[in-house]
Amino acid sequence: MPIVINSLDYQLPDDPRVSLLDFIRDHAGLPGTKKGCDHGQCGACTVLLDGERINSCLALAVMHEGCEVITIEGIGGADQPSALQQAFVKHDGFQCGYCTPGQICSATAMLAEIAEGWPSDATDDVRSCPRLTDEEIRERMSGNLCRCGAYPNILAAIREVADAGQ
Amino acid sequence: MRDFEYIRAGSVKQAVGICAEAKTKAIAGGTNLIDLMKLQVETPARLIDLNAIEDRRIEETDAGLRIGALTSNTAVAIDKRIRADYPVLAKAILAGATQQLRNKASVGGNLGQRTRCPYFTNIDQPCNKREPGSGCGALKGVARIHAILGASRHCIATYPGDMAVAMAALDAQVEIAGHSGKNRMIAVRDFHRCPGDRPELDNILQPGELVVAVHLPAPVGGTQLYRKVRERSSYAFALCSVAAIVDVKRGKIARADLAFGSIAAKPWFDERLSQLLFGERASMALFEKAADVLIEEARGVGDNDYKIPLVRRTLIATLCEATEVSA
Repeated sequence: MPIVINSLDYQLPDDPRVSLLDFIRDHAGLPGTKKGCDHGQCGACTVLLDGERINSCLALAVMHEGCEVITIEGIGGADQPSALQQAFVKHDGFQCGYCTPGQICSATAMLAEIAEGWPSDATDDVRSCPRLTDEEIRERMSGNLCRCGAYPNILAAIREVADAGQ
Repeated sequence: MRDFEYIRAGSVKQAVGICAEAKTKAIAGGTNLIDLMKLQVETPARLIDLNAIEDRRIEETDAGLRIGALTSNTAVAIDKRIRADYPVLAKAILAGATQQLRNKASVGGNLGQRTRCPYFTNIDQPCNKREPGSGCGALKGVARIHAILGASRHCIATYPGDMAVAMAALDAQVEIAGHSGKNRMIAVRDFHRCPGDRPELDNILQPGELVVAVHLPAPVGGTQLYRKVRERSSYAFALCSVAAIVDVKRGKIARADLAFGSIAAKPWFDERLSQLLFGERASMALFEKAADVLIEEARGVGDNDYKIPLVRRTLIATLCEATEVSA
């Protein structure tokens, strides 16, 4: 069975050492997903795997037979940007842009998690449904580093899309 | 990363058979193992992928819940039954790692995660856990994150996780499959081991054994807290942590189950604390007495001396919060 990336089928690699990140970039030719630390610490490689955000650097491609991956190219492009992509542009949610695909993939999943009522470490009572405070957004985005320090604008971009959706 | 043979296991029986072979590692989420393979800290000749086994269910048992070992950390933390009846477990999981990692990481893998001792993760340094007999770099090196209880002259590494600390407080049981075909159960409190003169053994699993589930007991109620002290407020390992289940009935402590993270090679549980607190009226003096018992045998190597007063104060603050005694 192939692996499905942005609705297209790809044959799994022969070498089991190929990370899902390297597979996406070098085998599927989708360079939007970025390699930052390659150790699960920076979040630049974040993609959606069967709808959930993961670090693609800490995944082996061969372990994902039949899985569906969505990368930043699958979320939207220049012709049809997603609401989050537009908001990142509007609010200057980046400087160098290297972490941005990971930030946007991560934020896309995060808004879905909030809609599902998933708690976080910033949620006062794990029994309750979380409210999307700034503290919640910061905690939920802590797996995505931005070394340019565009955090206030990233927060503003996510805030705008979250508020529009409510 | 060194080359390896990749095998997909279709059943626990098949996985157990292959796992017994030398240089073979089981993989589930892979968030720790793949990282260590990139660093060549782990160099398995064979990787056995457990994901096709599909035991990702959280099922009700006669008493409590059975969590399949492949269940993701996220799936446990968002489960309504766990949030309602075992909030300390949801809180501990949410205090660890990031959403990306928790989505991938499994319950079984979390129990088996390795230490973050920088001498363990750097193959240019001596480490008795990684390479028995090579020495311990941390003993005379940088040891800020290291153990203050249960360490040995061979190893002062800590177990870094959060999830297992809450499971130790809850007295959860680990279900283990092996060759015999009959699964055995062991308390989370007894699953990890102190280093002694065999620091390469993190836990009591024998070759060919696999964690297949964690069983939670019947809901215990009480106030459940997880207090984690770390150097930044998100995505950092604990310097120390406390999982607490405290129940006060008619002004007296009816239950105080406490477990501690990142101060030893295992989630630290000291039965004496529960006994000391049981039946007593909550007070600062009582909590100080309990904290003194906890650190009675604590020893630092210099860099980590700060953890002794830190865990003492963290325990007192947690007990004050749980019982509404003003600190």
